[in-house]
Amino acid sequence: MSVTIAMSVNGRPVEATVDARTLLVEFLRNDLALTGTHVGCDTGQCGACTVLLDGKAVKSCTILAAQAAGAKVTTIEGLARDGTLHPMQAAFRDCHGLQCGFCTPGMVMSALDLVARHPAPDERTVREGLDGNLCRCTGYHNIVKAVQQGAAAMRQGG
Amino acid sequence: MYAFELHKAASVADAAARLAQTGGRPLAGGQSLVGAMKLRLAQPGTLVDLSGIAELRGIRKEGTALVIGATMRHAEIADAADVKATIPALADLAGGIGDRQVRNMGTIGGSIANSDPAACWPAAVLGLGATVVTNKGRHAADGFFKGMYETALGSDEIITAIGFPVPRKAAYVKFRNPASRFALVGVFVAQAGDGAVRVAVTGAAPAVFRCAPLEAALAKAFTADAAKAVKIDAQGLGGDLHASPEYRAHLIGVLAARAVASLH
Ligand SMILES: Cc1cc2nc3c(=O)[nH]c(=O)nc-3n(C[C@H](O)[C@H](O)[C@H](O)COP(=O)(O)OP(=O)(O)OC[C@H]3O[C@@H](n4cnc5c(N)ncnc54)[C@H](O)[C@@H]3O)c2cc1C
Ligand code: FES
Ligand code: FES
Repeated sequence: MSVTIAMSVNGRPVEATVDARTLLVEFLRNDLALTGTHVGCDTGQCGACTVLLDGKAVKSCTILAAQAAGAKVTTIEGLARDGTLHPMQAAFRDCHGLQCGFCTPGMVMSALDLVARHPAPDERTVREGLDGNLCRCTGYHNIVKAVQQGAAAMRQGG
Repeated sequence: MYAFELHKAASVADAAARLAQTGGRPLAGGQSLVGAMKLRLAQPGTLVDLSGIAELRGIRKEGTALVIGATMRHAEIADAADVKATIPALADLAGGIGDRQVRNMGTIGGSIANSDPAACWPAAVLGLGATVVTNKGRHAADGFFKGMYETALGSDEIITAIGFPVPRKAAYVKFRNPASRFALVGVFVAQAGDGAVRVAVTGAAPAVFRCAPLEAALAKAFTADAAKAVKIDAQGLGGDLHASPEYRAHLIGVLAARAVASLH
């Protein structure tokens, strides 16, 4: 069965007719060519596919595109402005919060959900808040630093 | 994932009619169902999306009960001032489910309907002696969870809300499976308004169950020591690569004691 869905993706209205079983991550990557959202495990465990749905972090491999109909979706591609990285992206680069980078889009999106609720998170809050995102490279220390630095930059309106 | 028909229901009546016509399944947050469909462990021909139904939303006090709408998401419940003020154990439980992303999508109704052997909400429902309200009537918690992924719900029955009687004290403590974050064992301890004690255990058997020896001991003395002194029989408990039945039996006593200690 196909369904017609409309949503806003990174501020742009999109409408498409897709098979009902299309996952949100498939819609983003295959239909909209937004390949910044990664598929790590495809089973809801790793968080690489995290995007914001009406501002809240969700795993786009575990929801149907149709479940996002009518919502505002933000992916990693929606963060930079006029070629300038978002402060959270800049902080990840600055703090070496990534090595291979595969988990990074999901980490950044989860970090934004966290900072929206905790503008100045302590280390423990960051570690707990990123519980749904796995990284196989960094050992997490620099990710935690990056999130705290990114949060500080966001507080200063950076 | 196999192909399916998808209907977004406008009301409970609309959803119930669709389910009756098609033999399909409700879709709430999808945090269990979509994963199961991807693995082809579930293959419903029709999904009826409940997320647009206003009647299934909201949290309210009704007499002596706290009533939570079926499609309230774990994160919403964890953050709700009403829940924190009346039954803080429920906010704690909701805030400890999975991870942030799962809590942003997953719903209380979906968790209860799913009756995963390691799920958290069933422990609260049974531990507080809650009422599961559906489009067809009301189910008492005792007798609702029938087995692994099995409940007393009929095939076209929709959970609309859960009514939790407000206890004097209650706490939920789980030992997380470090990979899945579900309960390796979880224990919900409650002392009702009239002083009666209920203890519900999840993660340790095919379905959540009440632990009579702990209830009896805690009814005599509501202390961590009383809980610790109870020897739990491993007979009938689950064993897998994560934990043996004996280890789970041990954890039940330890977690019950921690739950009681957290209330003093
Ligand atoms: C990585 C991960 C970690 C998790 N960790 C935990 C954890 O620690 N503890 C825990 O308890 N759970 C955990 N879960 C499960 C999570 O809580 C799910 O959200 C929940 O089990 C199902 O809720 P849902 O709204 O997503 O339901 P869905 O997946 O949409 O539906 C689940 C089932 O319930 C039925 N259903 C849904 N709503 C209704 C209704 N109103 N009436 C009748 N039937 C209905 C559906 O037809 C389906 O059979 C985890 C899930 C994931 C992916
Ligand atoms: S790809 Fe979605 S959680 Fe791993
Ligand atoms: S940087 Fe490689 S997985 Fe995180």
